[in-house]
Amino acid sequence: MTTAFHIVVCGSLVPDPLQTLEPIQGPTGPALKNEMMLPSVLDPWAGHSLFEASHLAKQNPGSKVTLISLGPKAKLQQLMMIIAQKVPFELVCLDGSASGFMDSREVAAALAGAIEKIPGLDKTKLLVFGGCSSASRDAGTTMQMIAEQLGISDVFLGADELKIQPDGSFRILERIEGGQYLVSTCAGAPAMIGWATGNLPEPPNNPQVGMTNMRTIMPALQKATPAALKTDAIRFASVELPKQQRQTRIVKDTPVEEIAKEIVTWIKG
Amino acid sequence: MEKILFLAHTDANGHLPKIAFETLSAALEIQKGLAGSTLTVGLVGENVQPAADSIAACGASKILGVSGADFGTSRYATDVKALEAIGVASGATIIIAPATSRFSKALPGSAFRLKATIDTHVSGIQFTDGVLQVQRWYYRQRMLATLTRAARPWILAVDSGVFPIWQGAKGAAKVEAIAAAVTDKEKRTKVTGVEAPSADAQTIRPEAAVLLVAGAGWTKKQTDGQIHAKEAEKHILDFLKYAKASLGSSKSLVDQGSEGEAVLSFMSHLNQVGQTGSTPRHPKGLSTCCHGEEPHVVGWRFINERRAINTDANCGWAQGKADVLYVADAFAVMAKVNELLAKG
Repeated sequence: MTTAFHIVVCGSLVPDPLQTLEPIQGPTGPALKNEMMLPSVLDPWAGHSLFEASHLAKQNPGSKVTLISLGPKAKLQQLMMIIAQKVPFELVCLDGSASGFMDSREVAAALAGAIEKIPGLDKTKLLVFGGCSSASRDAGTTMQMIAEQLGISDVFLGADELKIQPDGSFRILERIEGGQYLVSTCAGAPAMIGWATGNLPEPPNNPQVGMTNMRTIMPALQKATPAALKTDAIRFASVELPKQQRQTRIVKDTPVEEIAKEIVTWIKG
Repeated sequence: MEKILFLAHTDANGHLPKIAFETLSAALEIQKGLAGSTLTVGLVGENVQPAADSIAACGASKILGVSGADFGTSRYATDVKALEAIGVASGATIIIAPATSRFSKALPGSAFRLKATIDTHVSGIQFTDGVLQVQRWYYRQRMLATLTRAARPWILAVDSGVFPIWQGAKGAAKVEAIAAAVTDKEKRTKVTGVEAPSADAQTIRPEAAVLLVAGAGWTKKQTDGQIHAKEAEKHILDFLKYAKASLGSSKSLVDQGSEGEAVLSFMSHLNQVGQTGSTPRHPKGLSTCCHGEEPHVVGWRFINERRAINTDANCGWAQGKADVLYVADAFAVMAKVNELLAKG
């Protein structure tokens, strides 16, 4: 038995992890220096969830994947140039801040509202995917709040594996403490899954997929709805880079035996 | 006056996990810092009495409990229901809970239902002019924010290793049972078990004193022009065995598996530290064959004493981040280290 799903993936952009980040005080709160100029990537865990969504859709004919992104429209356009060739999806775009300093409740409300407005959305087939947390706010709270707003009561966080069983139910592995997995079964859609890394590699670029995607991506970007996010929920007293700089002692031209003894003494100390 | 609610759940043995005792210390610190505030305890689990007894002397004005078979394991729908019920019954304005995997999943849902605000990964608290402020990291441990909120209820999920473990006498606690009726819809998910690696393959040990971070250099060509992945595996596993250490990895090493390069058989994404991995807390950390920001900056943000073995004396990521940088061949050093550790 195959089941057709409508998989809605929530994912947006974050600064490229290789960029040096510096906080500044903006007009409405903390921000990143030169934020609009920083190269961006798809949030890594959200990226994994997008690849998992595509894989699941491929295995279940009739399924479709919608990517819903909240971020500055111009930057989302740049991001789509990068990811459009990876997997097939339709885009829903919300024009607003992708800053990590936004309150997750505001972000969740905007995303859930946009999901509700997806034309022809059938909640009985709905799977909401996203990262288990973002690389910006790293709160791990947005997806559950989206689920609550959509009335979804089966929620999984830190998932690395989702298998559809012959009867249409799921078997899910979620990361828990100590490198272990919690194994659960769920009767079926609707459900929300916040992914960890999953087990799939990043798909190679496929120009044909890119061309097909871009036919819907560009209109979606043009139709981007402004997301009015309030910024007064959190009062930041300070945001600063860690000051601690260690005085590194360099040990070189030293026999291996001596280094090993020093390390062992340190470990046992 | 704040009404503080300390929330915890029982573990598989019916006891409170270590992080719960740490979070209780934080709750008591908040109570002390906010004059006139009260403390209530809320417990969730199949049977919460032993857990309540273990913290009977904490000074809470009352202990609320949601218990029963439906609340024995980590299931979102039932956990949210339990947390919501305790939150309502307590009338709490500040709710503080340990950031276990179970609560990390359920707390945001309960925040939504309680119309509460929530901050997770709390790594410090302070009081400024009588106002509670919390510290948490943004952009994956790259910048530290100190913040507060005016809205109540305010839920705080506290990371492990931040606060001291609460110490106190056990006693006979009186638990006030809170009802949380569970519907069939809330039982669509069934927890069927836990998959744990075999004892030999257990490389993640949160309680270990030492974290060994292995970088991609272990699987690169060595001075003889050959790759020695099997030898690397032996050195790393021997070290984990003799030093009872936990294993972290750079992203590049973990990703090699999907890129068709030489891999370490026991390494998985679960070991990954850094931007898309964990940021574990251990007293000591030793990085080997690592180059890059993720293992040295993000991955061991919460490692107290840090040393690195690297063939590059100018490794900009280790300098300023490690206490000691050994410029040497990690294969040779780790072989000798293991030999010495094996002798005891």
